[in-house]
Amino acid sequence: MKQSRFAWIVPAIYILFLLTPIYWLVAMSFKTNVEITTRFTLLPETFNFDNYVKVFTDQKWRDVFANSIIYVGLNTIISVAVALPAAYAFSRYKFFGDKHLFFWLLTNRMAPAAVFTLPFFQLYSAFGLFDTHIAVALAHCLFNVPLAVWILEGFMSGVPREIDETAYIDGHSFPSFFVKIFMPLIASGIGVAAFFCFMFSWVEYLIADSLARSTVMPITTRLQALSQASGTDWGVLAAAGTLTLIPGAIVIWFVRNYIAKGFALGRV
Amino acid sequence: MKPVNQRAWFLVAPVLLLVAFTAIIPLMTVVNYSVQYVGMNTQFHWVGGLWFREVLASEKFWNALWRNLVFSGIILTIQIPLGVLIALNMPRKGWGVPVCLVIMALPLLIPWYVVGMIWQMFGRVDIGLFGVMLRDFGYNYENDPIDAWFTLVLMDTWHWTSLVALLAYAGLVSIPDAYYQAARIDGASRWQVFRHIQLPKMARVLTIAVLLRFMDSFMIFTEPFAVIAGGDPVFLSTELKQTVELGQKAAMSLIYFLIILLMSWVFYTVMTRDDGEPRTQGGVP
Repeated sequence: MKQSRFAWIVPAIYILFLLTPIYWLVAMSFKTNVEITTRFTLLPETFNFDNYVKVFTDQKWRDVFANSIIYVGLNTIISVAVALPAAYAFSRYKFFGDKHLFFWLLTNRMAPAAVFTLPFFQLYSAFGLFDTHIAVALAHCLFNVPLAVWILEGFMSGVPREIDETAYIDGHSFPSFFVKIFMPLIASGIGVAAFFCFMFSWVEYLIADSLARSTVMPITTRLQALSQASGTDWGVLAAAGTLTLIPGAIVIWFVRNYIAKGFALGRV
Repeated sequence: MKPVNQRAWFLVAPVLLLVAFTAIIPLMTVVNYSVQYVGMNTQFHWVGGLWFREVLASEKFWNALWRNLVFSGIILTIQIPLGVLIALNMPRKGWGVPVCLVIMALPLLIPWYVVGMIWQMFGRVDIGLFGVMLRDFGYNYENDPIDAWFTLVLMDTWHWTSLVALLAYAGLVSIPDAYYQAARIDGASRWQVFRHIQLPKMARVLTIAVLLRFMDSFMIFTEPFAVIAGGDPVFLSTELKQTVELGQKAAMSLIYFLIILLMSWVFYTVMTRDDGEPRTQGGVP
């Protein structure tokens, strides 16, 4: 279908709309607090990196960044590892209760985090896991395991079943077939699932905030504590906020063609 | 047809155990709280359906639910048509494709709290670009609920319209060229091409987009919390967070969860309706 010659204007305006608030955040991160609060300047008067230096030299900021990365990484590994065999089962076999189970997984993806914050606190305290990385990593499995199962199932169903049968005839055992033959075939699916687990754990706030309050405090909790306090250090907040955009910006290039698929739980 | 194999349960077992730990046990705790009164020294007293009656009779709950539904309604009326419009005009080949995909996906990958923070910094009338520009027109989201609504809707549009656009785009690029050639031979107008070729082909992805946007806007908490810190408008999740009484909180959680369960069922039916048909492999070609 030929688009009109001026079609590009629509995405161009939209992209401008998307980038303006981000520009403001980044611009603010280069300003001094005096400039932010007293003068209205479109461009920073001088590009000073003081705010970034403050973030990088402050042990607290480094800790909260590390905490977030650790629990997000743990969650991604756990989610994909347990989801792989389950997704294979859903894509290849019928078994008692399979449809119900598949549906129930979806309800967890859709469950509001606010419903779970109260019992999570109780549960993880009871196991002595409150305020640990693993607690947040496990709690985020609530929505990431279903997500990974659904995405992987979508990719696996695209691989013809004849491949499995041929491999078994060739004498492969199930583990050897799964690791050596099947996983390379759905490598892109595993990548997409891992990316979306990483992303949804990275963007989540409410559960992480309620389970990791002090020693393993996530980055967003610190941002929240500082942004709603009086005498806010806007420059440093903007610098730390800008840094949180980087993980997403780095990985996005690799998954640009799969974004729709991942959000639609592998069903596009 | 898939073969029946009950041993597949062994493959599902790890997921089942993990999700049982993260979902079933917590939900049972909530059920437990919802029918009891927790007194001093955490003594439990059976109260039956008292909390449920209290929540259903509470004006605050219904107001929050109503606000949430209105919010979701506004979000859908704005974001779905806008997303389709953007997708229709996105480039189909050349360097513009990756540029559009990458920049448009960017807001989707920003931590939700930071999204709220960005809009707080952008919208504040003392330091924000947007706030300062609109200040003279009486805009101030911190005092005026209408302005707060406006800011939240704009923020959500900023945050999530790309999702609709990218889904619609994925549906559009899967349309074979032959369809358009046939339409040209028949002398179809632009509107007819949209109405009879593009829209039907996008129907499935758009349904998914509507459901995803509805679900996520229905449980929104973090972004408004970052911008207005629990002030007006109070949505369901905020109301839930602000409820102090354990039993009442638990009962409200369960009612909220049942609504979500119902929505999920609609979602599931739509998502798996066409699962029997072969799916395109590998996302956007």
